[in-house]
Amino acid sequence: MIDLSTDYLGLKLKNPLVPSASPLSRHLDTALRLEDAGAAALVMYSLFEEELQAEDAMLDRFLLHADLGHGEADSFLPGGGEFQGGLERYLSHLHQLKRRLEIPVVASLNGVSPSGWVELGRALEQAGADALELNVYHVAADMMQSGKAVEARYLDLLGDLRRVVNLPIVMKLSPFFSSLPNFVRQLEAAGAQGVALFNRFYQPDIDLDDLRMTDQLHLSSAEEALLRIRWIAILHGRTQLTLAATGGVHSESEALKLVLAGADVVHLASCLLQHGPGKLTEILAAMQNWMEEKEYESLAQLKGSMSQQNLPDPSLVARASYLRVLDSFSPRPGVWS
Amino acid sequence: MAYLVNEVIAIYPITPASAMGEWADEWASQGRPNLWGAVPKIIEMQSEGGAAGALHGALTSGALATSFTASQGLLLMIPNLYKIAGELTPFVLHVAARALATHALSIFGDQSDVMACRATGCAMLAANSPQEAQDFALIAQTATLAGRIPVIHFFDGFRTSHEVAKIVAVESDTVRAMLDADLIAAHRARALSPEHPVLRGTSQNPDVFFQSRERANPYYDAFPQVVQEAMDRFGELTGRRYKLFDYVGAADAERVIVLMGSGAETVHETVEHLVARGEKVGVLKVRLYRPFAADRLLAALPESARAIAVLDRCKEPGADGEPLYKDVVTALAQEAADGARTMQRIIGGRYGLASKEFTPGMVKAVFDALLPSPASGGVGRQFTVGIHDDLTHLSLAWDADFRTDASRQLQHAVFWGLGADGTVSANKNSIKILGEATDLQAQGYFVYDSKKSGAVTVSHLRFGPAPIRSAYLVERGMAGFVACHQPMFVDRYELLEHAAPDGVFLLNTPAPPDKVWDTLPGKLRAQIVEKRLQLWVVDAYAVAAEAGMGRRINTIMQTCFFAISGILPKETAIAAIKQAVDKTYGKKSRRLVELNYKAIDMTLEHLQQVNLPPLPQAGEGVGERELPAEEQNPLSPTLSHKREREVPDFVHDLTLPIYQGHGDRLPVSVLPADGTWPLGTAQYEKRNIALEIPVWEPDLCTQCGKCVFVCPHSAIRARAFAAGDAANAPSSFKHVPAKSKDFPAGTHISYQVAPEDCTGCGDCVEACPIHDKSNVSRRAVNMAPVGPLRDAERDNFAFFLKLPEFDRKLVKHGTIPGAMLLDPLFEFSGACAGCGETPYIRLATQLFGDRMLVANATGCSSIYGGNLPSTPYTVNGAGRGPSWSNSLFEDNAEFGLGMRLAADQLMDYAKQLVRELASDLGGDLAEALVAADQREEAGIVEQRSRVAVLLDKLAASGHPRARELASVAEWLVRRSVWIIGGDGWAYDIGYGGLDHVLALPYDVNILVLDTEVYSNTGGQTSKATPIGAVAKFSAGGKATAKKDLARLASDYGHVYVATVAYGAKDVQTLRVFHEAEAYPGPSLIVAYSPCIAHGYDMLYNQRQQELAVKSGHWPLIRFDPRLAAEGGNPFKLDSAAPTQPIQSFMESETRFAMLARSHPEAAQRFLKEAQQEAEQRFKAYQDLAQSHADASKPGA
Repeated sequence: MIDLSTDYLGLKLKNPLVPSASPLSRHLDTALRLEDAGAAALVMYSLFEEELQAEDAMLDRFLLHADLGHGEADSFLPGGGEFQGGLERYLSHLHQLKRRLEIPVVASLNGVSPSGWVELGRALEQAGADALELNVYHVAADMMQSGKAVEARYLDLLGDLRRVVNLPIVMKLSPFFSSLPNFVRQLEAAGAQGVALFNRFYQPDIDLDDLRMTDQLHLSSAEEALLRIRWIAILHGRTQLTLAATGGVHSESEALKLVLAGADVVHLASCLLQHGPGKLTEILAAMQNWMEEKEYESLAQLKGSMSQQNLPDPSLVARASYLRVLDSFSPRPGVWS
Repeated sequence: MAYLVNEVIAIYPITPASAMGEWADEWASQGRPNLWGAVPKIIEMQSEGGAAGALHGALTSGALATSFTASQGLLLMIPNLYKIAGELTPFVLHVAARALATHALSIFGDQSDVMACRATGCAMLAANSPQEAQDFALIAQTATLAGRIPVIHFFDGFRTSHEVAKIVAVESDTVRAMLDADLIAAHRARALSPEHPVLRGTSQNPDVFFQSRERANPYYDAFPQVVQEAMDRFGELTGRRYKLFDYVGAADAERVIVLMGSGAETVHETVEHLVARGEKVGVLKVRLYRPFAADRLLAALPESARAIAVLDRCKEPGADGEPLYKDVVTALAQEAADGARTMQRIIGGRYGLASKEFTPGMVKAVFDALLPSPASGGVGRQFTVGIHDDLTHLSLAWDADFRTDASRQLQHAVFWGLGADGTVSANKNSIKILGEATDLQAQGYFVYDSKKSGAVTVSHLRFGPAPIRSAYLVERGMAGFVACHQPMFVDRYELLEHAAPDGVFLLNTPAPPDKVWDTLPGKLRAQIVEKRLQLWVVDAYAVAAEAGMGRRINTIMQTCFFAISGILPKETAIAAIKQAVDKTYGKKSRRLVELNYKAIDMTLEHLQQVNLPPLPQAGEGVGERELPAEEQNPLSPTLSHKREREVPDFVHDLTLPIYQGHGDRLPVSVLPADGTWPLGTAQYEKRNIALEIPVWEPDLCTQCGKCVFVCPHSAIRARAFAAGDAANAPSSFKHVPAKSKDFPAGTHISYQVAPEDCTGCGDCVEACPIHDKSNVSRRAVNMAPVGPLRDAERDNFAFFLKLPEFDRKLVKHGTIPGAMLLDPLFEFSGACAGCGETPYIRLATQLFGDRMLVANATGCSSIYGGNLPSTPYTVNGAGRGPSWSNSLFEDNAEFGLGMRLAADQLMDYAKQLVRELASDLGGDLAEALVAADQREEAGIVEQRSRVAVLLDKLAASGHPRARELASVAEWLVRRSVWIIGGDGWAYDIGYGGLDHVLALPYDVNILVLDTEVYSNTGGQTSKATPIGAVAKFSAGGKATAKKDLARLASDYGHVYVATVAYGAKDVQTLRVFHEAEAYPGPSLIVAYSPCIAHGYDMLYNQRQQELAVKSGHWPLIRFDPRLAAEGGNPFKLDSAAPTQPIQSFMESETRFAMLARSHPEAAQRFLKEAQQEAEQRFKAYQDLAQSHADASKPGA
């Protein structure tokens, strides 16, 4: 039997496949099915800073303080009695997942402001999370903000969270850093235990009829794995941090490639949303088959075996391949001639 | 208490009783058990009449049942009250006593309603205070079980029902000890049961009916003693002892006031004050009014009493005294006839109608009137107190500065807030804190606004060691603490009228302490100096923003109150406020708890006392800020401006004083005798509540009219005019050539905002379809801060109004740009900012206003339509406009039908007379008058011209019937009858009448403003409430689908029916209004009306309408019987198949979204059912829309 176990943030996982933050973790039933399908851990859906704020505003305005100052109608909705707000629901759900699942559960915090919201991490720790994912979903759109300042935001938030929890923290990053390896080094120094590469931003779109911006989440495609392969290959062996690959894994091919590049775990979301929990079992089985065919004994053997450090020509994941790829491109017959 | 001791609770919303039913429903949804461990069944009925029927059924089948009601609701229960009492059924009905609608509706408190029930056979028990309301609920329940007489337990609406006071709660063990299980078993044993069947409710004949009625006498004879025994038992258990008639005062009192209700507590307080000064006075509080135990009343009355005043909080016009007075007179007369006592003087007075204040000064005036030679010169047997009656001279004068010892020993505080700023809830919370943390007694009473947008609240709080009996507002000059929570109020209201000398004035202001003095108006400064007030300031909005609380300032201002007043040690107070925050936000949001904590802590750092400038010497001023004259007016600048322009006398004499808060001072003679008021008065109230107003960009504008269409307050308008008319326009008045080729050359158009009437909702900007090509955020209207714009736009709007209405014949009424050029005859209502109802009414008045008769069901539309002092309905240049009336809630369709019948009958009669006088009038004119086609506006205009000619001819005619014809000639012009109301009326309480009117062939236009809840009374469930929505009375989510009113009406076949949602498809709305009005039979328009009860920002009103249609929640249909008559399919589906799941609609409104939090599983289930229901309904509509096409296919 091939040993697929891997280390993730200091947690021993039975295999590298971990469903990432998605609606799949919102229901206990789907979480259980993912565990049955072979998931080695589960990252919960994100607790969004803005979502909590919006819900609090809604609670405050329409329920708890719906004062109108009119004699006949001083409010319009019943007070609602006792019910849980967004954070409280998240904590209850986390508690429930921890009670029913045997695999580790990673809670996910998503936000950008330095208002102290990361202190919510303490509550997540108390509710039993095995680790925390901090997703600083920040689009650096401010012309007056330097790259240094962008990095500082991440580091500050990590520092804030580090101060309040003892749990392992994995930072989910976007690919848009001037020097990703340098920044990863800084994160390591600031107390992170891992990085997840990469966040996929919601991409605004334009509605041509209404001339309005619309927000849509498009599911990932397998091509997106390539960006992750490069950076994980670059980082592997140069940092003690757990490397998690997220985005674009739709089959065993991407998963294997990412592990070969050096990923400790491979996150899945879009393919599970599209095909159900069976996809995870399928990928896992196919990975095993491939490894058997190639006569690998363990994932550890495989992991990082094709990282930049281990490549005969390290430039293959750097600039040299750029030329090679461009030069190799030939248009379809009839397009140019 | 009522919840605790009952098993079935049938409810229906009515102010001020609604809250009792709401609590019952909420507790039941939380699974809270009654005394016996079961959760009572709460059922909302379609009316109070329905609730009474359900109660009767529940009671006669063995359950303990109750309800809560008031006013018209109680009247609707009367038939069943006779039945329930006639069958000797134990039952307690809790009534927050309220005025009855007569010349006008009033939501406020008096005892007219309960007095209308005194012949029902129900006992009547009056509670005078919140404590008594709780105690008597139990005493009544105990007594009714023992004596089998049903009890109406009542207390004064608002004054008692809405007072927040510290009371001693009755423990469950006490309740158990009071309620005899054997009596409950006996009640059940009497229940209808197939196990031991009986028959109840027979029809009796002259032979035995009378005797049967007399058969119940022993029960009534015994009942006073039964109630007294219940009171005695209660006294043993709790220490609070009551008598059927409680006397308080001098043992040797010569002058006594007899009354019941909250006023008795004020009299009690005044009596103690006077007795302490050696006056021989007393008060007899009537607890049990029916059965009237005259012997007990006489026994309670001191032998020494020589002069009695009986006060009634109701009016029986035409009677020689009100009910309690006459009962007391009868008792005393009978005693006198027996030779037992002689009475020198018994007078009867009315007081406190519709929550009119009843103060110790007034009580003193009544006692003075009982003196052998009163200073006032004597009073007749009948009098009033609390008003100035300069017509029939019945009123007593009183000393407004009279204060009791009890009042002087209390601490008083007054808080001025905006409806939405949380001032009221913070004050309720403060009372709770004081009640729980100290031995102090506390009382809070809240005066609300009659407007729903920009509403002002004034909180009156009292604290003190002794029981507080002051059932009246904090008096002038008594408040040691006055707080103003809104900076802009300093220029608008007389904030310091209540302030006591050496008191505190706390002001929320952005001005720093060293600058604030310069920002205050002179009058306020003078009062601060004169009363030697301490001035404290805090910039609460800055603190809130810094603490992450947005614009919520309630806990901040509450913290200031406790920090300054010293009523509690500061640390104790802060801890208590934080505890209250914990309780409010509880499990819901620990983040909000933390933000509040932060704000509380920060408040203390920002609260500062202002060092006042040195006090002026005698003869010196106080350094008044130079204010323009209009700013010194408590109202707005333009009011003064208007006054200068000479407003009509009626407005000057009545409307303006009411605006200014001086309505209490108006004497009887100036008021209309029959409740008839002129139109067009809302224009005189410039409320200036918008922070931003729309600014028109003529260069971008395509003149589509959508902004005008959606404006809930008719505050943005369009007008076409000849370019030359604008020659003398103010320089900033914007106008451009009309883009449409329909207009004559040289026609200009202006879109103009009414800057002082706009509420700043922003709906016009949201509706604007135009974007600047280079900057999509710039539209053809954009919101901008009102400050720099107000003066210029005020002048522009005044100029705009002077422009003549464009020739209506030249305007295309069937297009939005055209229709929006028609003058609205409905403007500046007090509806909520962003109201989804008012655009429909405004549209009707634009199209048909000059010929409309409006029957308006009670509800939001009757309140913003007819709440004094002003009405938004107005007249056109010719003085014509909608003539409007509100009858009741339940009868509106019938009321409107009556209008139609009158119009038809008088038109027929006028035509008959025209035919009779044809030879005098000229055959052509007579024929034209009789045969006129008036379906369209042009025909009406022509008929009006003919009627003018007719009247001229009649004036010169010597025909004996000429005057008769002249008196009905105006009815020759067709009237457009509109029956308007909300879903509470149309789907529930008025449905029977609505259905009947629909079944008839008469030409009425029924406009249902469907907010999917009872909006006016605070968002209770109606049959229009969709499945899965949380509303009051459906705290656990509405479990059944919305009634399809349009479909039901279309089943008749002869009714024009349509559903509309102007935010989704305004063109269809416009078309429907035209078609409905033109249809010569009954028309029903069911109009989707977003409401703040839906729980989202009303800025997105139109977006939500669109979503409602796109998700299938609100399909748009039309059913036009004329098409069927022409062989076509009468059913048209005007909206496309849903393109969005119903979830997208439901998630975006709090009314649905909160259920996912409070009852997540139910929310999931309801969501699924709502989706199915939407799909099935749309499919059914599609089938209807296609069925005719299929049927008409050859061979089909």
